[in-house]
Amino acid sequence: MTNQHDALLDLYRQMVLIRRFEEAAAKAYSQGKIGGFLHLYIGQEASAVGALSTLTRDDYVVGTYRDHGLALARGMSARSCMAEIYGKVTGCSQGLGGSMHFFDAERRMMGGYGIVGGHVPLAAGCAFAAKYRGSGEVALCFLGEGAVSIGDFHEAMSLAALWKLPLVTIVENNEYSMGTPLSRTMSVADSSTKALAYNMARDRFEAKDVLVVRERIGAAVERARRESLPTLIEVQTYRYRGHSMSDPGKYRTADEVEARKKDDCIANAERSLRALGAGDDVFARVDQEIEAAVDDAVRFADESAEPGEELIEAYTYA
Amino acid sequence: MAETTYIDAIRRGLLEEMERDAAVFLMGQDIARFGGAFRATKGLYERFGRLRVVNTPLFESGAIGAALGAALAGKRPVVEMQFADFVSCGFNQIVNNLAKTYYRWEAEVPVVVRLPYGGGVGAGPFHSQSPEAWFAHTPGLAVVAPSTPRDAIGLMKSAIRDPNPVIYLEHRVLYRREKEDLGEGDLTTPLGRARIAREGSDVTVLTWGWTVHEALDAAAEAAKSGVSVEVVDLRTLVPLDEETVFAAAKKTGKIVVVHEATATAGYGAELVARLADLCFEHLDGPILRVAYPDRPSPYNKNLEKELLPGKAKILDAVRRLARY
Repeated sequence: MTNQHDALLDLYRQMVLIRRFEEAAAKAYSQGKIGGFLHLYIGQEASAVGALSTLTRDDYVVGTYRDHGLALARGMSARSCMAEIYGKVTGCSQGLGGSMHFFDAERRMMGGYGIVGGHVPLAAGCAFAAKYRGSGEVALCFLGEGAVSIGDFHEAMSLAALWKLPLVTIVENNEYSMGTPLSRTMSVADSSTKALAYNMARDRFEAKDVLVVRERIGAAVERARRESLPTLIEVQTYRYRGHSMSDPGKYRTADEVEARKKDDCIANAERSLRALGAGDDVFARVDQEIEAAVDDAVRFADESAEPGEELIEAYTYA
Repeated sequence: MAETTYIDAIRRGLLEEMERDAAVFLMGQDIARFGGAFRATKGLYERFGRLRVVNTPLFESGAIGAALGAALAGKRPVVEMQFADFVSCGFNQIVNNLAKTYYRWEAEVPVVVRLPYGGGVGAGPFHSQSPEAWFAHTPGLAVVAPSTPRDAIGLMKSAIRDPNPVIYLEHRVLYRREKEDLGEGDLTTPLGRARIAREGSDVTVLTWGWTVHEALDAAAEAAKSGVSVEVVDLRTLVPLDEETVFAAAKKTGKIVVVHEATATAGYGAELVARLADLCFEHLDGPILRVAYPDRPSPYNKNLEKELLPGKAKILDAVRRLARY
């Protein structure tokens, strides 16, 4: 098999992991094993997987509350992610944060943030630190299209352009901010045009093909790394599930969702792999591996202990 | 008569005020067809149309600032925050612009900001806070926190009619749990009036919001062992109904202040200070405080439950004080 085949297979495997992981989380949620809020990334996998495949280990990643895909694509273990969703002490935030608050300092996954838009200046701060040190790292920041209206977003863009920060800001436009279509919350259809006001490079494309995502984000990451210049990118995508598990999704038709599923990033990657020579055995093996990994994560989360009061004491102040 | 839930009482309050006064309109994220994150405004868009049930972009500062402007221009806006925690993104508009407009210019700004708040549902550190003290600390804002459907509608109507900016705290756990028969009529609850939720003679509990119900449960339990507990539901924190609160405090001389927000610099500290100052000679014991420990809210539901100032913790304080 070719390098191209192996590289794509790796991305495919990551996307399948995210999807199966979240399907298991949704099941656990409906079984009442987990509470709080659960925002699924299903349908958008190519965005995180393609984008993060362009990074080195030392680059920074900052994301939203829809952070499971980002965390898994950054190499966080399915066990620690699932345990966090279960609110267990073995989770990446010891069960104190939950689904919206994933974090892993070692992998420079600088967190999922549960209040919209507030994390964008923080990503600019990571980029500033890298530039200040001259260490060459890049910061990648994800947000939803709804967050483009928040002042913090504009403040961060202003800073990134003014200080020429190595920041790649990715607006994942999944068309609905909760139940409201983009046309009702923003006066332009293309959020990347906001870059014009800051004299910042921009790009916009659909995230149906993970290799396209990798190539286009890769160009922006290179610009950040080599020239220390920021880029604003709109990735056009679609979530198949509700905004959260409690969203009945009445603001769009079932037909619309079904139509979008026909152009699915995982199915597209499978087709490309087959064209490169992958056979049924390859996919069967991936399915088997992923199923085992997700089952293991669920079992691990289920059997792990709950955090006790002493933990709260220990983690309130440094 | 059918019983009305707390959240339906809020909706009825909004609806009746919108019918009564064409200047009243609603702003918020996804409040129109979607009905808001908790469906509090469900059906109002269909009834009043898009000029009176207005979806905003996803921002807090922009919505509260625009509400202030509309109020200066003669409207009576009610702004919904998705979660009380998110109001922090609109802080400047509230603590500087909204709170100090009348002081600066004698211009009335009748804006109501609705804050769905509180823990108990395993929502974690950014979606569980009780932020009343942030606003009680700022002169120029009224702060209300109903605990029953009757006061949810009553305080909503009064808040909308009041010429001042009002921070309206609505507890998410009570939304669908609390029900009562409201009957017909124009059900207002005056701002600045506390309510005696239960009469008693040995210990007085001062509280508001979700903990009113916990205190009532604790009082029922205490009664079994012969301790008679008076429970005062403050309903309005600012302006405080000192008359009712002090009378209830003097009646027993033993006071427990209970709130869901974290203890340090919580609104309870203000109550304790005023009681120590103005009711000292009537006190028969220390003023106790039952509140959330000074910690962020954990996601793990069982741990959160342990930390919340519920019935058992209130009962413990009541019994301890009763022994004095």
